[in-house]
Amino acid sequence: MEKNLNLSLKVWRQKNAKDKGQFETYKVNDISTDMSFLEMFDVLNERLIVEGKEPIAFDHDCREGICGMCSMFINGRPHGPKQGITTCQLHMRSFNDGDTIVVEPWRASPFPVIKDLVVDRTAFDRIISAGGFISINTGNAQDANALPIPKDDADESFAAASCIGCGACVAACKNASAMLFVSAKVSQFALLPQGQPERKQRVMEMVAQMDSEGFGSCTNTGACSAECPKEISLTHIARMNRDYISAELSSAK
Amino acid sequence: MTSKLDSKIPEGNLEQKWTKYRSTVPLVNPANKRSLEVLIIGSGLAGASAAASLAELGYKVKVFCFQDSARRAHSIAAQGGINAAKNYQNDGDSTYRLFYDTIKGGDYRAREANVYRLAEVSANIIDQCVASGVPFAREYGGLLSNRSFGGTQVQRTFYAAGQTGQQLLLGAYSGLQRQVGMGNVKMYARHEMLEVVTIDGVCRGIIARDLTTGNLERHFGHAVLLCTGGYGNVFYLSTNAMGSNVTAAWKAHKKGAMMANPCFTQIHPTCIPVSGDHQSKLTLMSESLRNDGRIWVPAKKEDAVALRENRIKPNDIKEEDRDYYLERRYPAFGNLVPRDVASRAAKERCDAGFGVNKTGEAVFLDFAFNTIRYGNMEATKKGMHNPTQDQIVEMGRAVVKEKYGNLFDMYQQITGVNPYEQPMMIYPAVHYTMGGLWVDYNLMTNIPGLYALGEANFSEHGANRLGASALMQGLADGYFVIPYTIGAYLNKEIMTKAIPTDHEAFVAAENKVKGTIDQLMGIKGTKSVDYFHKRLGLIMWNKCGMARNSEELTKAISEIQALRKEFWNDVRVPGDANEMNPELEKAVRVADFLELGELMCKDALTRNESCGGHFREEFQTEEGEAMRDDENYKYVAAWEYFEGNTWELHKEDLVYENIKIAQRSYK
Repeated sequence: MEKNLNLSLKVWRQKNAKDKGQFETYKVNDISTDMSFLEMFDVLNERLIVEGKEPIAFDHDCREGICGMCSMFINGRPHGPKQGITTCQLHMRSFNDGDTIVVEPWRASPFPVIKDLVVDRTAFDRIISAGGFISINTGNAQDANALPIPKDDADESFAAASCIGCGACVAACKNASAMLFVSAKVSQFALLPQGQPERKQRVMEMVAQMDSEGFGSCTNTGACSAECPKEISLTHIARMNRDYISAELSSAK
Repeated sequence: MTSKLDSKIPEGNLEQKWTKYRSTVPLVNPANKRSLEVLIIGSGLAGASAAASLAELGYKVKVFCFQDSARRAHSIAAQGGINAAKNYQNDGDSTYRLFYDTIKGGDYRAREANVYRLAEVSANIIDQCVASGVPFAREYGGLLSNRSFGGTQVQRTFYAAGQTGQQLLLGAYSGLQRQVGMGNVKMYARHEMLEVVTIDGVCRGIIARDLTTGNLERHFGHAVLLCTGGYGNVFYLSTNAMGSNVTAAWKAHKKGAMMANPCFTQIHPTCIPVSGDHQSKLTLMSESLRNDGRIWVPAKKEDAVALRENRIKPNDIKEEDRDYYLERRYPAFGNLVPRDVASRAAKERCDAGFGVNKTGEAVFLDFAFNTIRYGNMEATKKGMHNPTQDQIVEMGRAVVKEKYGNLFDMYQQITGVNPYEQPMMIYPAVHYTMGGLWVDYNLMTNIPGLYALGEANFSEHGANRLGASALMQGLADGYFVIPYTIGAYLNKEIMTKAIPTDHEAFVAAENKVKGTIDQLMGIKGTKSVDYFHKRLGLIMWNKCGMARNSEELTKAISEIQALRKEFWNDVRVPGDANEMNPELEKAVRVADFLELGELMCKDALTRNESCGGHFREEFQTEEGEAMRDDENYKYVAAWEYFEGNTWELHKEDLVYENIKIAQRSYK
């Protein structure tokens, strides 16, 4: 049942990209366990505004775990303590009265901080632009059912495609590797017949872009998948590695 | 019809209009396309698909979105599915039937020609999405799977678990990013459009604010496409994303674009109920759940009271003491009646004292019945002759989990209650706005060169949208309509050189934006933006929500006017305008909602009939159903803005040549 919590928040404050930044501590009282984590921030921000202080900037939009915009690093874990959910779905019933909660932005050099808890994730968009698509123009398609796809392949492709591009994988990784994100997109298309014509080129170009953005290497620790709010599987990384090697061996380039 | 509204519907038979029109619409040759610039505001299904398609054709495209990436647009949150008249199920579907269902579902307040075109291109959308790698749900034979949605008796909804919007948007986003990579589209993320620039009455560009630096930018375009979604957040609490807003559409409206049917709001019947004052948004539970769930409240008031006081559990209530009120009132469609009907029926039961949660504003959505049915089917498949009840339930739950697992998880996350064991509690919430900018058959507003696509326009859903039709419309507009219809305008623009943005019209527009921002920053009042937004939301929900009447609407108008005044005297926007400032972004949007709210009430007050989502208590049948007045209100209400929040009503008569209009019945 609903009850109220008194908490202490240590939140990263950074005025802009150039500012050094530091932690600030805030006490918040009477937080209902029915509130979401972001609603607790709304309550705190409301108070800061009335007190004439600057509210905490954080990214958020849909608040139902699908847009991938929210991105808080809570007590050392992206999206907080619960498995398989985003920050916006985290509710205060997951915390105890008297807790101190540390909140930071994603920490990775390809995701520079813009302000407070807001980071720049446009590197992900550039990786998609490099090859995360099937090259088909509007109007070129045949009848959808002319191409039967085994259900298991379609389901596996969907599981990869459910990545929300939040960047938790990068934030969780000690190397700031983007392998889980990139491999999810590579896998989605590698598992579908429509994705075959560009399969080799796609993986080469997406990996090249990933590297040029400054993401680190994968050392198979698996933190990315463990912290992924959509529980994207590590097997996609294995598939991408396989595709990459075979593309490299057979590529005419 | 007023002369200001020319719908430009092509001549000819309904079935021939689009085919003939798109074969005769003037073209722009490839060389000329390269020098024509199109600005697209919003990167949801309509915006992303339009951007990709127009860039493929050779136009120079710029895309603006307020989020950090085009992939965040709120289309991503659509759950249940997308309709298409493929008739893959061999159950009697056709273009005509989808057209008919949509017109009827919209309570005969949409344009025939637009809706028919939508139904026609619906099948192409599915082909396009599959070809671009959207992993739709499939059957074991490898072919596409379909599910049922409200307001129809065929299975025509394509889906990807409860994440159809996500998969479709990511498909369109991939196409868009491909064009970005090829240099055909320039993407402006974290940018918000704050003004339309017109020269001699023609749209020539926009003013946008870079939300990271606070800088104001001027952009010229031969055409501007507003793909900016709906305005449901005028109610504060809705299923929309926190950032969804009316600002771009409202700026266009104040520049002369007419706003059509603004009072037509969709209240979705199956959302997680409000839990407290802290609530920032409401979460939808997909309409597809109504396909497999049964909606009920206790038949006895004392049981409802006992539930509210937590003395009994829902499963303690015996079968004969339950009121499956939708099945009782609408035997032909049962739980699958359209959204407006289902929402009103829930409100009616709760108002009568049968609500089941502590606030008295919730009904049950129960999966027990179908869990058992699925369990029995599994037992039969597996050849188990005497399965135990526990085995049946276990197998049934596995089926339900495969179909709706992510929705059930989301429900448990938000409420802390396990919906596999107890029925869900749901209540209607604001979800979609059928109203929007008035557009002609080409999707152009009454300002030449300014278009509105997707939820931002008013055109296809009449007074009530059917489930799984928003995704269809967004992609239809972007992939298959605008690439043709924009030629009708741009072929006359090939001689227009890019206008330098130091033109006085750009300077004046930028100064106007700067003036508004400076004014908001300068108030330095005592209340936050949210404080005003929440109060506006309450006025709208209570007086312009599921049920409306002239007395309350009149009161709402003066309350909104007073609130607007208070806002401009007492709002506090902290920080600086020349930096990332989320409070300033909200303030600009809420200032526009405070004007829109008044127009919505005015529109609702003027429409003296009930139709679709617009239910005026004074106009209902003896059985409590919506009572339309086709003689006097069979028109699109298009409002023209004048300085100082006054409006003039223009009427576009709706002509039904192919459908016989009748009282909408789902009994």
